[in-house]
Amino acid sequence: MSYLLRRLGHAVFLLVGVSLLAFLFTVLAPGNYFDEMRLNPQISPETISALRTQYELDRSLPIRYARWVGSVLRGDMGFSFAYNRPVAPLLLVRARNSLLLTVTAMLLAWGMALPLGIWSAEHQGGVPDRLVSSATAALLVIPDLALALGFLVMAVKSGWFPAGGMVSLHFESLSFAGKIGDLFLHMALPVAALVFSVLPPLVRHVRAAVAEVLDAPFLLAAEGHGIPRRTLLYRYALPAAANPLISLLGFSVGMLLSGSLLVEVVMSWPGLGPFLLEAILARDLYVVIGGVLLSTLFLIGGNFLADLLLYWADPRIRTEAGS
Amino acid sequence: MKGKRAISSWIVLLVALHAIVILAGFFAPYDPTEQDRKNPYQPPMRVHLVDTKHHFHARPFVYALQLREGTFDQYEENRGRPLALGFFVRGARYRLLGFLPMDWHLFGAENEKIYLLGSDSYGRDQLSRFLYGGQVSLLAGLLGAGITLLLGLCVGAVAGYFGGWRDDLLMRLAELFLALPWLYLLFALRAFLPLAVNPLQAFFLIIAVLGAVGWARPARLVRGVVLSAKERDFVRAARGFGATGGYLLGRHIVPEASSVLLTQAAILVPQFVLAEMTLSFLGLGVPEPVPSWGNLLSSLQQYSVLVSYWWMYLPALMIMPFFLGYLGLGSRLQQYAEPYKIGK
Repeated sequence: MSYLLRRLGHAVFLLVGVSLLAFLFTVLAPGNYFDEMRLNPQISPETISALRTQYELDRSLPIRYARWVGSVLRGDMGFSFAYNRPVAPLLLVRARNSLLLTVTAMLLAWGMALPLGIWSAEHQGGVPDRLVSSATAALLVIPDLALALGFLVMAVKSGWFPAGGMVSLHFESLSFAGKIGDLFLHMALPVAALVFSVLPPLVRHVRAAVAEVLDAPFLLAAEGHGIPRRTLLYRYALPAAANPLISLLGFSVGMLLSGSLLVEVVMSWPGLGPFLLEAILARDLYVVIGGVLLSTLFLIGGNFLADLLLYWADPRIRTEAGS
Repeated sequence: MKGKRAISSWIVLLVALHAIVILAGFFAPYDPTEQDRKNPYQPPMRVHLVDTKHHFHARPFVYALQLREGTFDQYEENRGRPLALGFFVRGARYRLLGFLPMDWHLFGAENEKIYLLGSDSYGRDQLSRFLYGGQVSLLAGLLGAGITLLLGLCVGAVAGYFGGWRDDLLMRLAELFLALPWLYLLFALRAFLPLAVNPLQAFFLIIAVLGAVGWARPARLVRGVVLSAKERDFVRAARGFGATGGYLLGRHIVPEASSVLLTQAAILVPQFVLAEMTLSFLGLGVPEPVPSWGNLLSSLQQYSVLVSYWWMYLPALMIMPFFLGYLGLGSRLQQYAEPYKIGK
């Protein structure tokens, strides 16, 4: 249990650190939302200074940080100047859409990476291995941006997929099954772009990890006992190779979060990506800090899941924690 | 030495690609900001060797484009007006390497503009913009990687050599930077810097942001190297002779980290080029009219461009050889530095 507690403490440290770091940047930041207002001759300087006082921008940094932490604990996460309402509800809607993409992409990417990596490790140096490794190398060369834009160009040229957005205009009039289908159709391209951008490193790591355990004596013994090849690979080799892969699982969450930020903007998916971009351009600082904090939270959530999985899968960690 | 030959062939490829970009003035037929408002969104011209009468020409040529009847953006080849490609022609003035005034270009056509990669909304030559844009993007990537490695080296050396609370503090900070998804980090850093800046300021801003983002991983690797190096016998001997900490670091310990840094450089440069492209694509980076690989693609955010002018996507394909070069070099260097891992 102490292992999990230690990981939890680490997570809290990360969150506090990230929020402090984000706040420090705001001090260094020249200009804020109200500087843009000052350019507007119809807004008097008094109004602006009143607004500044209202949002407590003139207070010292520790006080502002304390206020903000209080508002995070209340579930507001600060106040959006542009939307004139608390940040959290705004962020959560977008975060839900982003998570829909990233979680789907994650499941699909790992669902493809495991069999591909194992297949390629099984036939080391053979035709399947070369096929898989040259395919991953080719995918690795295509940058995320080019991949997402390429999918979009193809979607527009072929007309098979909608070019951006999350739902069609007539979404409300569709039946339940129709709504699901419509959502799937819109999700297909962003998810595909995400999956292909994270797939190569995943496949490579799975291959390396499985290849390492394939020579182990216990597997030779199991093979000698006549255990079928498939059981051997998936029930014996994979769990033994799981340790580095589960760490990679946590890492892949971060890759997917970053990737989805860009893919969302390119494919105009109403997630955190376009929302944060808009907030940056409007200097809506609390939204940006909130977005960064939320992404850290997702990442920590992903890592914590990975830790739990590791705790469950690797007896060495359990005994180490117990002793 | 098969590994060494592979490494040097990747380096040759990279040097050749970079030479084309560095000498963009010569290889690009036009100035990247030269507008031709009468010819917006011209599709790429096809280079021919055989004319309509099936005669073969040793000198490649293109057909001039003209608007199709009744349209405003559909061009077709005017078969009656072949334009011969001239090589080593004189054209727009430029400064080679930033100081040599010249007006020679690798190719061009007399009196008529040719667009081998098409033209953009202002009738600017996409090929020229791609080559000049490469100067901005690659330099941003290289300088950003340089700053990152320098930072990583300093932090890693200090943390590893002095240990104690400095090590704890720096490594916790590194964990913080490693934990954040990099694009969010990039966004956050960019969010707190001024938005409306001129191209040169934007360029240095981006380099600073890129340099500040990636230092954590090299710092950790360098720390590991330093930790093992400072207990080596020759380092202990030097310390016994009275060498100071700074001398030991500079003379004996940092050189041990050079292969790690080199490998990291090959991995970081394409990542940073891509980061610059992403920022510029989103309008947070180098602004128009200065071309960069990112803002070259940003017109694709408009639906109409996406539908009608597919050749605006070509720059995304043209950058791939550069990424291939860096990735190939990176993986070869990694294998070379850690030979015991290849067999697996």
